[in-house]
Amino acid sequence: MEIVFLMKHELLLVLLMALMLIVRISEEEPDNASWIRMFNIMFFLNCLAGWFSNRTGAGFSNMFVNNEILAFEKNILNTGTFIICLFSSGWLLKQRHIAEFYLLLIASLLGMFFMLSSGNLLMFYLSVEMSAIPVAALCNFNHNERRSSEAAMKMIFSSAFSSCLMLLGISFLYGATGSLDFVELGTAGTSPLFLAGFILFFSGLIFKLSVVPFHFWTADVYEGSPIAVTAFLSVVSKGAMVFVFASLLYKVFPVLQHEWYTLLCIFSVITMVVGNLFAIRQDNMKRFLAFSSITQVGFILIGVSGNMQDGITSSIYFILIYLFSNLAAFAIVSRISEVSGREEISQYAGLYKTNPVLSWILALALFSLAGIPPTAGFFGKIFLLTSGASTGNFILITVAALNMIVSLYYYLRVIRSVFMDNSDDSISTVTTGLVFKIAVFICISGILLTGFFGSVYQYIYSLSAGI
Amino acid sequence: MNLSLLLILPLLTALAVLLAKPGSARIAALAGSGLQLVLACVLLFKYTAERAINPGDGFLFQSSYSWFKTLHIEFYTGIDGISIAMILLTALVVFAGVLVSWNVEKMRKEFFFLLILLSAGAYGFFISLDLFSMFFFLEVAVIPKYLLIGIWGSGRKEYSANKLALMLMGGSALVLVGLLGVYFNTANHNPSFNLLNLHSQTLPFELQKVFFPLLFVGFGIFTAIFPFHTWVPDGHSSAPTAASMFLAGISMKLGGYGCLRVAVFLMPEAAHYYSGAIVVLSAIAILYGAFATMTQTDLKYMNAYSSVSHCGFVLLGIGMMTTASVHGAVLQMVSHGLMTALFFAVIGMIYERTHTRQVRELGGLMKVMPFISSVFFLAGLCSLGLPGLSGFIAEMNVFVGSWQRAEAFYRIATVIACMSIVVTAVYILRATGTSLMGPMKNKDYLNLTDAHWNERLASGILIIGILVIGIAPFIVNDIIYPSTQQLMLNIQSILP
Repeated sequence: MEIVFLMKHELLLVLLMALMLIVRISEEEPDNASWIRMFNIMFFLNCLAGWFSNRTGAGFSNMFVNNEILAFEKNILNTGTFIICLFSSGWLLKQRHIAEFYLLLIASLLGMFFMLSSGNLLMFYLSVEMSAIPVAALCNFNHNERRSSEAAMKMIFSSAFSSCLMLLGISFLYGATGSLDFVELGTAGTSPLFLAGFILFFSGLIFKLSVVPFHFWTADVYEGSPIAVTAFLSVVSKGAMVFVFASLLYKVFPVLQHEWYTLLCIFSVITMVVGNLFAIRQDNMKRFLAFSSITQVGFILIGVSGNMQDGITSSIYFILIYLFSNLAAFAIVSRISEVSGREEISQYAGLYKTNPVLSWILALALFSLAGIPPTAGFFGKIFLLTSGASTGNFILITVAALNMIVSLYYYLRVIRSVFMDNSDDSISTVTTGLVFKIAVFICISGILLTGFFGSVYQYIYSLSAGI
Repeated sequence: MNLSLLLILPLLTALAVLLAKPGSARIAALAGSGLQLVLACVLLFKYTAERAINPGDGFLFQSSYSWFKTLHIEFYTGIDGISIAMILLTALVVFAGVLVSWNVEKMRKEFFFLLILLSAGAYGFFISLDLFSMFFFLEVAVIPKYLLIGIWGSGRKEYSANKLALMLMGGSALVLVGLLGVYFNTANHNPSFNLLNLHSQTLPFELQKVFFPLLFVGFGIFTAIFPFHTWVPDGHSSAPTAASMFLAGISMKLGGYGCLRVAVFLMPEAAHYYSGAIVVLSAIAILYGAFATMTQTDLKYMNAYSSVSHCGFVLLGIGMMTTASVHGAVLQMVSHGLMTALFFAVIGMIYERTHTRQVRELGGLMKVMPFISSVFFLAGLCSLGLPGLSGFIAEMNVFVGSWQRAEAFYRIATVIACMSIVVTAVYILRATGTSLMGPMKNKDYLNLTDAHWNERLASGILIIGILVIGIAPFIVNDIIYPSTQQLMLNIQSILP
């Protein structure tokens, strides 16, 4: 019975999948509206259940571990997925095969949960694959569109490539230590083979995180996929990877701290600079958000490079805030693209005149991404930098602070288009349904309130002690 | 008295403006900013009463709330004479700003909402004794400033708004790095953002040398330190009247206040070490600003460049690091805040009527609008430092204090800065002479009306402030001087 509670998050998702499959193969398949309603309610219950009776422990000879911080991370991912499902309801209503959409989404989420909970490299590899492959199928959800198929293709190839690197690294690590268990690896001594294995493994990880120079797949995949999938990739999938990344470095490779600290510094600087330079040039909202999210990863790497508890706390805290901010932006972009088919920044000109509320929400989300107070993004970013500064590397912090200026420039470009530019052909008034409003409401309250309640940070900090 | 009231009231006002009907938004804004002015006056009386009981050092009405405990971040508030002066200045300028923008037509509700939000940031900044919350309030202003200029501005407004937002963000970035440096390098190795705590745990001199320039230049960008003053002319001249008043009157003071309260107070040894550089930069700003003003033909650009020159005095006073000069710097912040707000208000009034700000197109305005013209003239006289008005008192203090630094280098810098007075007189008299006196250049101007009630009230309030400082400087001195003296005693106790 204990194992049931230990694997509660995973089992709930499996249950949900089983239920959906049963409904799917029944005689009379429900129509889209009932599917959406049913799924949203069930997933809401699933999110709610995630907060209760969490256990700490390990199962299956340390293959699977769970503790409070992991449960919290899973709850964050659950919330993100829930918000995505809510705001894309309107889009899903007009699609075919939406049961498959939900199934694939949950399958990928399940993979992420296993990835977070894995205590063994083999298990880790399997769950990474499990989270990646359904997403590749989701990228191709608009399978009549060429760009969507192209995105899926790129996603699967790049994912396979990074898996190759990771698998090779894992085999090296196994060769060097004779074990795949995280605890045993963490206590093993270092050797050239171990270092080589680590570097390959690390490359695989940062490939998934779309750290520069492994970022080439991101923009094309984000642009080609349906917006709901893009949001899932850039927020939930990336968030899960960041959670794992921070704890893996500290838990499994403490002996190589000096090496990976140097790597983190180098990659964070390149990622911020290149991400920013590319983001400035983007005209398509989805590509723009893709590159801005690459830059955000650069900042996260700085936070991770701090010390263990601050690094883990600040990166989880940042992901929580990033989730609200980025999803709010995606919600607006998705609704506008759905109603008017427009995705270019210049086409947003005069949006404020026709849709003041949506414009304010978009502005808040973008300011939060840029790290401007009073939005929560300010706190998230400052704490990442604070964590990074605790090692005394102020050159890195200065570079990051300068990059914040550059990133403000391109966020302001969108704000300018929305609020200041005039257009004869501005987007007509967009109506939104109740479900969409709920999704946006969750995001906006997250953006406005998370920072002011210091207890959120405090809570994550106290949890992260048990990592 | 709970200082959080100073923050809560503007936030409630902003909320009221947001919920009000578009027609009554301005009434809510006026009522809120009026109440805030009353509150600031009450605070002043309570402060003087409290100060009389326990003279000497320290900040009054201190209170602290834990915010992020593990990071040692508190919401820690407290005020002394300097902050009181700044709070009163803010209240006056915002009240006047709401009054002069009484007839804003475009998106009225949003306009007042952003204006009030902007003021909330300034109040929060002046009451904070915790560097984190100080930084928070410093940055809060970015969004309202950008939108106010970009949406309601004139001329190349998008360009100016962008430039202003990015340059100020650059300032904040430097401040942020400096703050983190101070935070992690305390003498007892306990990270802290608490201003008073940090003052007693001064950094090692080697680190001060690194982090002082970051903090000083970072805050300096807000107060137009040379060569980072370029956002001032564009930003101020493109902004709508109330935003210009706020930007020049208050926002630039955030920088001066931060330079003094954070950079110099926390790292006095480095301030002493770098004072030569600060003095040179501010002397350049003073003279360069004055000469640049002479070449301007647009009234708003003129006032913006003269702000660069006048704010140079603030930095000069701080850089000289004598009690009198620092006192003069604080006085100059207040005086310039009032004077430049009045100037921008009156330029806005003229522009609204004549639809031009070019000096050479104006002329003979004294005949048709005597009130506005007199106010314009008065603001000009204050700017050139006429005795009896606030500008004279402030600049005099700066000069006397600067002269107390006996080394030849500082004396020469003082003399050079003094020369700007002549240049100021030239451009002020020329501008007022051309635009107010002489023949009417455009017959349409004959039909123009003089100031309305709201404009009269706004100018009246600011003029009272200028006159009080100018005629009875002891009133303001009594509030500010004990605090600056105390500040300098604290600083000099650390200096070798």
